[in-house]
This record gives sequence, C-alpha cells and structure tokens, in this order.
Amino acid sequence: MSEQQPAIPQHPDLHRRGTSRREFLTTAGGVGIVAALNGRDLIAENAAPGGAAAPGNAGMVPVTLKVNGKEHSLQLDPRTTLLDCLRESIMLTGTKKGCDHGQCGACTVHVNGRRVNSCLSLALMHEGEEITTIEGIGQPEALHPMQATFVACDGYQCGYCTSGQIMSAVALLKEPCGPSDADVKELMSGNICRCGAYPNILAAIQQVRQKA
Amino acid sequence: MHKFEFVRPKDRAAAVTIAAQAKTAQQGADIRFVAGGTTLLDLMKLNVETPGRVVDINRLPLDQIEATPDGGLKIGATVRNSDLAHHPAVQRDYAVLSQALLSGASAQLRNMATTAGNLLQRTRCMYFRDTAMPCNKREPGTGCSAIPGSNRGLAILGTSEQCIASNPSDMCVALAALEATIHVEGAKGARAIPFADFHLLPGNTPQRETILEPGDLITHVTLPAPVAGSKQVYLKLRDRASYEFALASAAVVLLVAGGKVTRARIALGGVGTKPWRSLEAEAALVDQAADLATYQKAAEAALRGAKPQSENGFKIDLAKRCLTYALKTAANA
Repeated sequence: MSEQQPAIPQHPDLHRRGTSRREFLTTAGGVGIVAALNGRDLIAENAAPGGAAAPGNAGMVPVTLKVNGKEHSLQLDPRTTLLDCLRESIMLTGTKKGCDHGQCGACTVHVNGRRVNSCLSLALMHEGEEITTIEGIGQPEALHPMQATFVACDGYQCGYCTSGQIMSAVALLKEPCGPSDADVKELMSGNICRCGAYPNILAAIQQVRQKA
Repeated sequence: MHKFEFVRPKDRAAAVTIAAQAKTAQQGADIRFVAGGTTLLDLMKLNVETPGRVVDINRLPLDQIEATPDGGLKIGATVRNSDLAHHPAVQRDYAVLSQALLSGASAQLRNMATTAGNLLQRTRCMYFRDTAMPCNKREPGTGCSAIPGSNRGLAILGTSEQCIASNPSDMCVALAALEATIHVEGAKGARAIPFADFHLLPGNTPQRETILEPGDLITHVTLPAPVAGSKQVYLKLRDRASYEFALASAAVVLLVAGGKVTRARIALGGVGTKPWRSLEAEAALVDQAADLATYQKAAEAALRGAKPQSENGFKIDLAKRCLTYALKTAANA
C-alpha cells in the first residue's frame, strides 16, 4: 500500500548511517511484541469461560480510515485502538501513547473536529469520519498558530505530552470556554504534563485566544 | 485484550437480536454494546471486561435531544455528554444535569462518553479493576478485597458484606434528582424504567448492577417537564479541583416559597453503591423553614444509615457538609 509511507521525515544523515532510531526500536521491539502477543493469546483461550460468542471475524478486518484528509485502506485486528492504528499502521507517530487508559491525554486527536482520547476508541468505530492528528494541523515549515505559540512560550519540557496538549488547545478554541485562566485550566485538565509546563502552556493558549 | 468479533447492526432490532444471545445483561456480559467506549475499552484492556462480541451502536439514530409533548426532554442513548451539557434546554431547565456532566471526566472524554454509557459506568474500586485480586463484583464468590483493604474512595451507603464499590457517575446523581425515566428496547419489546429502579444494590449479587436483561438496548432517557422556579445545584467534592471522581457530591432541585421549602429532590454521589436518591433528606426539608438548621437536619437524615469502612469514615461528615452547602447555595441562588 503505497499511501502508507512513514509520515515523519527521516533526517538524511540517519539514512546514511543505515538504521534510524525509530527503525531500530521498531525492529528490536517487534521480537518482544510477538512473544507477548503469543503468550496473551494462549492465556485468553485457556481462560475463556466456555462459550463466549464464537468470534466470526476475529481475524483481520478491512477498513478505510480518513486521516488528515488522506484515505488509508487497512486490515486491522478488531482490538486495534485508534491510537495504535495511527502509530503502528499509518505510522503517524506524532500522537503519543501515555497511560493508554484515558487518564493523561497524550493521545488526543480530533474526530470530526472534536477532541477525543484515541486510546479509548477502536479504529473500526471511525470508518468514514474525519480524523486529524498533530501532523494534520501543521508542519515544521508551516506551523499552526498554536504550535508556533507553544514554541514562543516554551510550553513544554520533555515534549512527550505536547502533541496532545496542542490538539486539545486547538479544539478548545472552538468550544464554549470562559475568558479566565481558570476556565482554560478546567478545560485542559484532561492533559497531564509530568514536567509541569502548565504555566507556559496556559500562557500559549491565552495568547492564541487573545489574537483570535 | 481478549479477541472479539466487531459487529455493526443495521438497526435497533438487529442490535437487540444480537445482544439477546448473551448469557447475562450488559455489564460483564459476553456480548457488549459499545458507544463512547470510555469505560468499556478501559476495562477490556485490563481484562476485566472480556466480551466475545462488541456491537457498535454509534451509527444507530439514537443521538437526538428533543422536547417531549408533556414539556419534558428526550435524550438519545448516544448523545455525547458534552453535547448534553451544552444543550440550551438542559442549561436553562435542567442546570443540575449540565453542572454534573461538566464536573465529570475531561473535555475529551465528555466528547466521547454517552448518555447510555454513563448510566452503565462501572466502579473505580481498584480491586474490581485488578484481575489479580479477589472481587465479588468481577468474580462472584471470590470475596471482597476492599473491606479489609484500601477503601478510602468507596461507598458508605447501600453497601453489603459482599461489596462496597461506589458508583462513580456524576450524571446519574443529577438524573436521580430529576426523576428521569430510562427507556429500553428488549427481546420482549419496549419498556420504561423509573430511574430509582434502574440500578441495583449489591446485596449478595454485586455482579448485577442494573435491572437490564440480555438484549436490552437503552434507547433514550426522558426528563419530566421542568419544575417552574426550581433552584438547582450540583456540588462535587474531590481530591483535585478537576478531572477526578467525587468523594462526595450532591444534586439539589429545590423550590422555596415564603421562606419555606415547598419541594425538594435530593441525590448524593460518591458515597453510595448506586446513585443515591435521599427520600429521607427530602422529607426533612419539605414544609420546613429554608434555613441552615433545616439543611443540617436534612443532611443528618441523608447519612443516618451510613456504614463507614476502615478508611472512609470522613465521608460521612464530608457528604453532610456537601449537601448542606449545596442546599444553602441553591436556596440563595
């Protein structure tokens, strides 16, 4: 499938050296993932209380997802979350996996223009919907105003939560939200920053809102 | 996560037919409806919920909010919590519901979570969520780890020797005070369930949380016509200012005339094994002076049957103060 090229531009130097950090991690991690999945499957089948509904299409299911305006035809295990599909099948790794349980917000993306936790949703539930990730709102050479203002305000430290913060903040611009800092803090409470960059994140969001 | 078959039924009848093959009703069943997925996917990843079939009801036409002929409101099963909270009719006539919804979860989760899903939201008891630990709700007969264990956040009202898990919903507390009706389509047809009858006390069967039968699909919730002049407040107390479950909460729908309380509907959250309507508090309020002494008596009445555990005795006072303050706020609004 030619449209499934990795969307993250690889630095040319990394290619010359042979293996990028991401390629290395993917390859090395793959061994562990396969082993873990096999183990889990065995446990699942042994522990299944006799007669759970016999899975008919429990194998791979065809689905077409529209991400950042581009259609992707995929074969997915029904268990695949929207988050894992974006990162592992479509290779859009800007969306991050933090807690994987809807508690941290690192996985925030937009579905039909509204922010959601992609970790708590099945990819199959989103056929035909408009999915937008951090890669879809701006690019290094043409940043979204929220991205540019996060940079200007230093709204991050390690950066792991940043794409989720920005996706939340961009969605917030269109939501009912009062003018005060407290209003913004309340509506951003679903995005955790372990570095504690909150004051600068807040400043960035308020700056963009005031300009809008 | 266990393997499952993903199904998208073409209409409500098909959804009911599929789900009617389940051995038990919705929560913990081998066939599960999915709407927002915020509770179900979370618990499937923990292997607490292990359905063999997941039935996606998001494409069924159950996402409307409409006025009813009797002046009330009809709320579709898949209406998202954020849409419900911001709906003009809800903000105007059922403010307690809007406030409760907006006090729950995060903006992202409220964009996903639905009316029906919130009705079936499962407890946050850590032992229920941990398959390595005994839990009568998850695995009947294995025992309750919370009674001798960590129970700070758990229930003090409606508990049993088998289970003290608290119901985590905010929306349900408001719906209890608003005397909502839950509408269900099942294998034997459609029926309407008064809110107070929907959730079950744990008793000896904590695994059964509602009166739903296999195949039952919640289609919508109705609210009775708003009570003209009623003052409504949802007050939630928690460890953090935002994005946290209630330690205690109170939903108040109050009518005051001539310095007296003429009508009161009271429900508590965070302290009960189900959304806790307090008829005792209501009786202590009606026809009494709308003053602090009355509110305190109502709070005493609401918590009279409370049974504290090793770590959550503080909730008795907290819930009393929560209700007292909510009543004061509503009356002075």
